[in-house]
Amino acid sequence: MTTADDHITIRPPSAWQRMMANGQLRMLVIFVPPAIVVFTIFVMLPMLQAGFFAPYKWSGYGPAPWAFNEDTGRDFGTWIGAQNFDRFSGHSAFQTAFKNTILVIAVSLIIQLPIALLLALMIYNNSRINTVFRLIFFLPYIMAEVATGLIFSFVLDGNYGLSKWISDLMGMEEAFFPLAEKPWAFYSILAVIVWKYFGFHMMIYIAGLQSISREMLEAASIDGAKTVQKAVYIQIPLLWPAITISIFYSVLGGLQVFDLVMPMTAGGPSNSSHTLVSYLYNFGFIRLNVGFGSAVGVFLFAVGVIFALVYRNTVQRGQ
Amino acid sequence: MPTFGWRQATRIIVLMLVTFAILFPLSATVLGGFKTQGDLTTNPFLFPRNWHLEFYHGILVDPDFWRYLWNSLFISFVTTLITVIVASMAAFTFSHMRFFGSEYIFGYLLMGLMFPFAAAIIPLFIKVRDFGLVDTPWGVIVPQVAFGLAFSTLLFRTFFDELPRELFEAARVDGCGYARFYLSFTLPLSTPIIATVATFIFVGSWNNYLLPLIMLNSSENITWPLGMLQFQGEYIVEWNKILAFVTLSLAPAIVFFLAAQKYIVAGLTGGAVKG
Repeated sequence: MTTADDHITIRPPSAWQRMMANGQLRMLVIFVPPAIVVFTIFVMLPMLQAGFFAPYKWSGYGPAPWAFNEDTGRDFGTWIGAQNFDRFSGHSAFQTAFKNTILVIAVSLIIQLPIALLLALMIYNNSRINTVFRLIFFLPYIMAEVATGLIFSFVLDGNYGLSKWISDLMGMEEAFFPLAEKPWAFYSILAVIVWKYFGFHMMIYIAGLQSISREMLEAASIDGAKTVQKAVYIQIPLLWPAITISIFYSVLGGLQVFDLVMPMTAGGPSNSSHTLVSYLYNFGFIRLNVGFGSAVGVFLFAVGVIFALVYRNTVQRGQ
Repeated sequence: MPTFGWRQATRIIVLMLVTFAILFPLSATVLGGFKTQGDLTTNPFLFPRNWHLEFYHGILVDPDFWRYLWNSLFISFVTTLITVIVASMAAFTFSHMRFFGSEYIFGYLLMGLMFPFAAAIIPLFIKVRDFGLVDTPWGVIVPQVAFGLAFSTLLFRTFFDELPRELFEAARVDGCGYARFYLSFTLPLSTPIIATVATFIFVGSWNNYLLPLIMLNSSENITWPLGMLQFQGEYIVEWNKILAFVTLSLAPAIVFFLAAQKYIVAGLTGGAVKG
């Protein structure tokens, strides 16, 4: 609607002017960039670069594998296409590492999570004695992995620890070193993983159980439900969001097991106890095979991200 | 009306067994530091025949031991401080401003939550090397900050979103700018979430092994997990010394972390149950 008075209307300030006036722009320029810049340079770029480095043979010398080295008259790295992927996928140590990593995830899901759930159901009520149990069960989680690994290298040392004790009890002639025996080395690591992380999952479940309304459980009790029935028909179904989260952590954490492996076996004996990350460290980083290590990294990244995306959009949808 | 039935009995037996499984290796570690090699061989788990203090003493007077702890403390403290500042500033902006693309930028940061960190360690090493930060504390601090940002920003933002809006509007009417509001209202009101994020980042940094392993190499600069493995390498079969070292380096952290347990658990569930 136009009238004769229109020429004296005052235009409302544009969004831009409003931002300038109340200091929003200044905040935008100062508050957000540090996070974005640091995250981009040290998280996003290295992830992308793993993809760019993967088709090269490169020792890490020089700025980039595709940069020209004036001294030698050639590039710093050599393009070898998919060879790095072929090499690791055909490498028996890699196949073992991959199998071991799957085993970690399987043990976490099949053994560790049920233990954590059972214990959570036992001690979720707030009483003084339960608080003590919670504190003790949580203890392994807050200990550094490396220290945990060292402690268990002692416990499982054939000359000193539990293993000597057992082999003495059974009257065995020779000392048994589980960490130096082929199937046992990785089984030991698996056991320590359960020992170390069940408390973490238990705490997630306890928080979930405590948020379930008491009235519902009391109503069920009045209707004659037993402890087990309450757990199966009320508590565990209502705990499903917490369980999906602990499954997520188990898989993404299981993919990255490394710290425990180094002090316990360092991947041995004869590369039988590597995980994906310890394989990457040993064959990529230590030998400075940048391209090769990056290719393994791309594989690890792909497995992790595909799992995360699929999981978020199926199991965790709507949560 | 709790009757002491068989179910109650099983419950207690199970809890005691788990407690035993956890405390047994730990007590063996603490006690092992008081034993001679001979005692340790014949009696690895129980009380020492004679209590020897010299192994613990030897570590307490070892300047290397204190230097490892100091390096870890410095790296963890600075990592925590920077992460809290940078993440809370970003979260504050995301919480108070809707600008073009703001949700995309926030989503971009959150992508960090699903990356397996170890996948990029080699390019990360090259990046840190190109910045000239290898074998300096900053070579560990800056990547740690970067990898902690996704989680921290998410926790801060969830908390800031629940602070009362009226407060902000009232302050604006009185002429309080964003930066002032952030410093004198948001941060003081956010001590629980700051404690949660800070504890979480601190624990992660204190226990971190892979990143310092890649970035640090001189014995001047290494953190305690690396120092501990180096010590083990030197005294490879002298388990009593190694166990004393493990005990002494774990003890302060365990005391602190158990005291801060509330915040660790809040971090586990805050980022999780709502995510």
